[in-house]
Amino acid sequence: MKRNVPAGVSALVWLVLVAGPLYFMVAVSLRGRADYLTNNPLKPPTDPTLDNYRTVLTGGFGGYLFNNVVVTFATVAIVVLLGVPAAYAIVRSTSKLVQRGFTLLLAGLAIPAQATIIPVYLLITRLNLYDSLTAIILPTAAFALPVATLVLTNSLRDVPKELYEAQTIDGASAFGVLRHLVLPLAKPAIVTVVVYTALNAWNGFLFPLVLTQSESTRVLTLGLWNFQGQFGTNVPALLAAVTLSVLPIFVVYLIGRRYLLSGLTAGFGK
Amino acid sequence: MRQRPSFWYAAPAFAFFALFAALPMVLVVFLSFTSWDGLGTPQPNGVDNWARLADDGQAYDAVGRTAILMVVSWLVQTPIALLIGVWAAGRQRSRAVLSSIFFLPLLLSTAAIALLWKVMLDPNFGVTQALGGPLGDIQFLGDPSIALYTVAFVITWQYVPFHTLLYQGAARAIPRNLYEAATIDGAGRVRQFVHITLPQLRYTIITSSILMIVGSLTTFDTVLILTDGGGPGTASRIAPLHMYITGFSGFEMGYASTMAVLLVVVGTGLSLLVMRVTGYRSMNSQQEGA
Repeated sequence: MKRNVPAGVSALVWLVLVAGPLYFMVAVSLRGRADYLTNNPLKPPTDPTLDNYRTVLTGGFGGYLFNNVVVTFATVAIVVLLGVPAAYAIVRSTSKLVQRGFTLLLAGLAIPAQATIIPVYLLITRLNLYDSLTAIILPTAAFALPVATLVLTNSLRDVPKELYEAQTIDGASAFGVLRHLVLPLAKPAIVTVVVYTALNAWNGFLFPLVLTQSESTRVLTLGLWNFQGQFGTNVPALLAAVTLSVLPIFVVYLIGRRYLLSGLTAGFGK
Repeated sequence: MRQRPSFWYAAPAFAFFALFAALPMVLVVFLSFTSWDGLGTPQPNGVDNWARLADDGQAYDAVGRTAILMVVSWLVQTPIALLIGVWAAGRQRSRAVLSSIFFLPLLLSTAAIALLWKVMLDPNFGVTQALGGPLGDIQFLGDPSIALYTVAFVITWQYVPFHTLLYQGAARAIPRNLYEAATIDGAGRVRQFVHITLPQLRYTIITSSILMIVGSLTTFDTVLILTDGGGPGTASRIAPLHMYITGFSGFEMGYASTMAVLLVVVGTGLSLLVMRVTGYRSMNSQQEGA
């Protein structure tokens, strides 16, 4: 291919638009508060300090981080534990009920979670789960299930029938096939599902917003929002908190960019 | 010993999904015919909510803003995502490196993105001030006639990487021999883009557009944080945000459910319309035949 000038130019413009704010975020988080208010915020900090990070970490951030980790792990665990056997059954079972259930699940791809926050709130309060981490985990996992199951099902459909049949002839039970054939073969798809679900859970805002209220159940995203009120004009501290919240995902991105990107478009890419 | 998995392998997943995702979808329709303050028991009130919605000026205004946001963000996002996506599909090393930076906004939560832009657009200490010139005089979030467009800009920043990713994947799947044949026929790049790339990406353009349409009708978290709940005044209070505020600040959960139902119906309707107008179905069968 020859040089593509218009696309190249837009790519460069977009680079500035994307990298600029991220540079600003990190640069300001390393400045003193007075420094930020008096000097041009775009210049690199002359006197970088980690004070803001100290302020944030001693200001309840650790608790929010812990809650986020719990929510993310539990959500991923539910989705994988329910999704993998379901995908296996959808591909291999002869039961009509399974296919009907799959259709229902696929219809779920079209349900925007935002439109259901009121009934989900009703359900969670009726189950006496309001203001608990469980309240966040359950709907987050439920809304991740359709995409997760679809990705897993697609990957298992690609497995040649003969492989399943060979196992069956060897006398393997359904569960044996799941353990010794499905799990190893579905590994890449499972990684995609884990990444997709974890990212959704880690960055989730809506369900925590309407289903929790106390400090003890606060997750990172709500914590950031709260910091804004708490720190007022202390912008460097706020941006230190934002940077800290992105850091874990950034590390994952560095290690497994391919999996992360495939997880992001899971269910939509072809 | 059973050799094929039974229904029970899938039952837990179905039950879980049915309880926490499918049931709420049914419940929201039920709630739209009730009056409920969020505490007591929902009281059926017939079609009162629907009648009220029919002449609720505030709701109409919110829908108007949503339409503006939807059209503006579609018009801005689609060409950018399409161009960059096709560009990023190239296998050159420089493109790979640059694209890995392009996708960075995908890693940030909505809260992080909205707060970051809020700080950057601060009229006193923000970036626009630091850049100076005419930019410094604009109240991006404080001017009621500009705020909605600022929201569209931030939403573009937030979601273009996702759509770029869709286009990148789809552009990579276009058979190379199509381009080789066109080059032999003497077709230039623009002609190749118009006659090969665009038609080959039709499926993706439709998918991406539908996601944007449904997204602008239901997503409100970015606006909620960026403009402190749709401000200044109600200048950026789009319909889904109006729904949230009505339900969770005004404690009119029944009425808010009515709006939620309407937004889902409109979103689904528009998606089906887009599919019909663009001949999405016949295109699928063409792909199978290819």
